[in-house]
Amino acid sequence: MSKLKDKKIYEKTWAYKFFRWYRGEKDPFLGEVEMKQGESLEENVPMEEIAREKRDLIEKAYDIEHNKEIKVFKKFYGVLSVLFCLALTFVLLLMVSYSPKTGKPGNPNENEVSARYIESGLQETGAVNIVTGMILDYRAFDTLGESHVLFIATITVFILLRIDKDEKGKEKDREEANDRNYEPKNDAILQMAATVLVPLIIIFGIYVILNGHISPGGGFSGGAIIGAGLILYLNAFGFAKTERFFTEKTYKIICFFSLSFYCLAKSYSFYMGANHLESGIPLGTPGAILSSGLILPLNICVGLVVACTMYAFYALFRKGGF
Amino acid sequence: MEWLMYILLGFLVICAIAVSFSKNLLNSLLIFMSYSLVMSIIWILLESPDLAITEAAVGAGVTSVLFFVTLKKIHAIDEEK
Repeated sequence: MSKLKDKKIYEKTWAYKFFRWYRGEKDPFLGEVEMKQGESLEENVPMEEIAREKRDLIEKAYDIEHNKEIKVFKKFYGVLSVLFCLALTFVLLLMVSYSPKTGKPGNPNENEVSARYIESGLQETGAVNIVTGMILDYRAFDTLGESHVLFIATITVFILLRIDKDEKGKEKDREEANDRNYEPKNDAILQMAATVLVPLIIIFGIYVILNGHISPGGGFSGGAIIGAGLILYLNAFGFAKTERFFTEKTYKIICFFSLSFYCLAKSYSFYMGANHLESGIPLGTPGAILSSGLILPLNICVGLVVACTMYAFYALFRKGGF
Repeated sequence: MEWLMYILLGFLVICAIAVSFSKNLLNSLLIFMSYSLVMSIIWILLESPDLAITEAAVGAGVTSVLFFVTLKKIHAIDEEK
């Protein structure tokens, strides 16, 4: 409350209104922005007539045999879509014909950036696999964005495909949306194949993740392999088995800790690198499993996020929840 | 090795055209899967095994599975038909 001004003048000022809003005494938008019920133009027209008009309109519009405009539109649509595709193909091929031939020394991609990656990548990142060194060290910020895109995509699918529980706590009986009602199928051939394959697939995925800095692979590919293995397991044995170890809560915890660890680790190294400080993270001997500094833990983080995302996508598509 | 590359590239073009001309959605999905597999072989021939692994796992595996589920949800692959 201002003590310098008169109360009546003060009530007109912006500050007074602001503090009133801040204390919650008056909502300035209340009664202002709501849609008001307009005066109906046709008050006396009965509902049946409106419905009939609507039906007539729809019948007229979709009566393809007698509607000239739709006929003309369909013809034009076909012709124009073919023309558009041909034009697009032509433009793209033209662009390709202008681009320089692969492997020439004067190409624009043969600049000092790639030369630096190839020459001193092993020294600076400690990763034998140059690609992983690039995506998780030089370009780690891009990979962080990609992991977040995956997380956001899962959340969006979750918003769109979620099946709510009704008041009694039971899931609504929408058989079409929830494949769980048909579980378990107990297909003997599928289950036998899954018992043999799933451990191998998951171990291979773990190998690809942990060896990301030594051999081809890395977090994304390994995570996708593990996710595929989980999907196979889910198909063979049903949701009851996978829900023992993977639920919505597990997904939240794993994604939260992986993404925040990635953020913190990379913030640390960006901060140190930008200020020309020693990061204090040992690079180790190239070729050993425990080497190349932060790349191994970051690979594990990315792999966990990707594996969870793949599985969560599938579970959401199948039963609207996981 | 050159001729193998040309065969695979030709296969890619044929697959890409066949996907759009196939009337049955299940068939076009299977063609799409084979497209991804051929693409991953091409990645290996182009000496980028990292991409090949990802292409095989994501393109041929997870994406196709998601497509299968979607087709089942919209009743595009019914067993009676």
